[in-house]
Amino acid sequence: MQSIKAFTSITSRGVLFQTQRRFIQTSTVVKAATATAATATADDLPLDIPSTSAAAAATNEAFKTNPLNGTRPIYLDMQATTPTDPRVLDKMLQFYTGLYGNPHSNTHSYGWETDKEIEKARKNIADLIGADPKEIIFTSGATESNNMAIKGVPRFYSKTKKHIITVKTEHKCILDSARHMQDEGFEVTYLKVGEDGLIDLNELEAAIRPDTALVSVMAVNNEIGVIQPVAEIGKICKRHKVFFHSDCAQAVGKIPINVNEMNIDLLSISSHKIYGPKGVGAIYVRRRPRVRLDPIITGGGQERGLRSGTLAPSLISGFGEAARIINEDMEYDQQHIKRLSKKLTDGLLALEHTQLNGSATARYPGCVNVSFAYVEGESLLMALKDIALSSGSACTSASLEPSYVLHALGADDALAHSSIRFGVGRFTTEEEIDYVIKAITERVEFLRELSPLWEMVKEGIDLNTIEWSGH
Amino acid sequence: MFSSARYVRQSLTPLFKQSVVPTKRFYHPKVIDHYQNPRNVGSLDKTLVNVGTGLVGAPACGDVMRLQIQVDDSTGIIQDVKFKTFGCGSAIASSSYVTELVRGKTIDEAIKIKNAEIAKELSLPPVKLHCSMLAEDAVKAAIKDYKSKQMAA
Repeated sequence: MQSIKAFTSITSRGVLFQTQRRFIQTSTVVKAATATAATATADDLPLDIPSTSAAAAATNEAFKTNPLNGTRPIYLDMQATTPTDPRVLDKMLQFYTGLYGNPHSNTHSYGWETDKEIEKARKNIADLIGADPKEIIFTSGATESNNMAIKGVPRFYSKTKKHIITVKTEHKCILDSARHMQDEGFEVTYLKVGEDGLIDLNELEAAIRPDTALVSVMAVNNEIGVIQPVAEIGKICKRHKVFFHSDCAQAVGKIPINVNEMNIDLLSISSHKIYGPKGVGAIYVRRRPRVRLDPIITGGGQERGLRSGTLAPSLISGFGEAARIINEDMEYDQQHIKRLSKKLTDGLLALEHTQLNGSATARYPGCVNVSFAYVEGESLLMALKDIALSSGSACTSASLEPSYVLHALGADDALAHSSIRFGVGRFTTEEEIDYVIKAITERVEFLRELSPLWEMVKEGIDLNTIEWSGH
Repeated sequence: MFSSARYVRQSLTPLFKQSVVPTKRFYHPKVIDHYQNPRNVGSLDKTLVNVGTGLVGAPACGDVMRLQIQVDDSTGIIQDVKFKTFGCGSAIASSSYVTELVRGKTIDEAIKIKNAEIAKELSLPPVKLHCSMLAEDAVKAAIKDYKSKQMAA
């Protein structure tokens, strides 16, 4: 126990991430880019080498010359998940050694000591959103929280209420839960968004009916990072006495959120988006005036009877610590992210025929979604093996459909196919951003040289006048 | 097509650390080779009577291929071939590979090229089969364009 503590305490933010920091030289981009260019040799293909000894020797050679020298890609997928903060891990480890009591065992000290830690975490999370600790219900993550809200509230009030309002650009777990409710006989209104990705408040107000049980609008969009006017939505919902749920998985700890000032009745939080462990999240459920919901998981009646099951103390305590840290560091973190994001956005938009998707002003800077016209997103990702990114387009999935979020923005399908999401976070460095801008610039150029559309555009042909055959 | 053994080896070996991505993103080495080192990229003079151009696909679908062939009028042999492709790695690889296939063939031989041949060579997964179909269509479209130009001439 003592030795573990000693070991982990040196893995402070600086030490641990120093060792993880990749070695970047100016020449790396040039080298990596030539790997994609016509002059590539077998040495530049470290990915899929047959397991023969000759090939192994070749890959060893490639390993030596690999610009990133065996380190992992630069991580710019912060909307998918964030790295666990070492300080969070420190907090969690004690639950795998001494503190193993069941927090719900109230007959002995093992239970009490774990319970005490759980309540500390609950307080930290409540503080982050301006709530009372009693209003925080732990879940397995934001997906479960969203399911609880979208299914639980309308089901509880189903005798009088039959209607749910949400938005087309919500996360899949909201949309899918809403679809389930449609199967159960509820009516769902999916609000449109404008080109900037924001909803029209008048449209929202007009959509509210006497039998509306719930309005659910996310704060920060996970694909394009736009911030919906949550406070205004809260006001409208309060005025019409409709419960307001907000999926704040991408927002909590990143933009100031206060459930009372914003009149939010239910709010979903995820731990692993704020540098905490995966597998845990929470839902805020307002007590005054009380919001009631049908629990999805029933049993021992833990968590005010809304979510039965023994809590996971290590995860929850890590989550609490992550919440405490992000609350304390919010200003510092956000300045850092804003600065890097500005650099990245400016660098990428300096390329011709690129555009930022979603509102340029109402946005969380840590999520930058850019379309590179005439380059297909998946092929660009393939050229960017040294950067961990996600394509706005879901082309890699079996559907081959471009992103439904960009589609809802009214984006041209071709542009939706060309979009990439960049996530900047607490541990992103300036060197990484420099590398990414350089790499993207060079590889977009390479792929545009390969693109017939680019050639046509350069020749002055309007692509809309061509009759595409489709497939 | 991607054996699980390979996946495990890659994810455990530090050498391959930078490639720890879901299996979905794994491409066959031949696809990567064609993608990184595409054959016969470029354009031919489309005003020439013996150059046929095939443009298939649509930007909205995420794939556009343009294949051009230059045919020897007397022998019907495809002397030169160039392509440009907007699309995923598999689409680029399919078009690059098909240029290698048609070069030196007569147009009668080239028109018989089947997508299965391309898909097999590149070990395309089912979800990427349309890339090989597009490449087949591109060849057919180029030959059709060549023939119609010849008729008109």
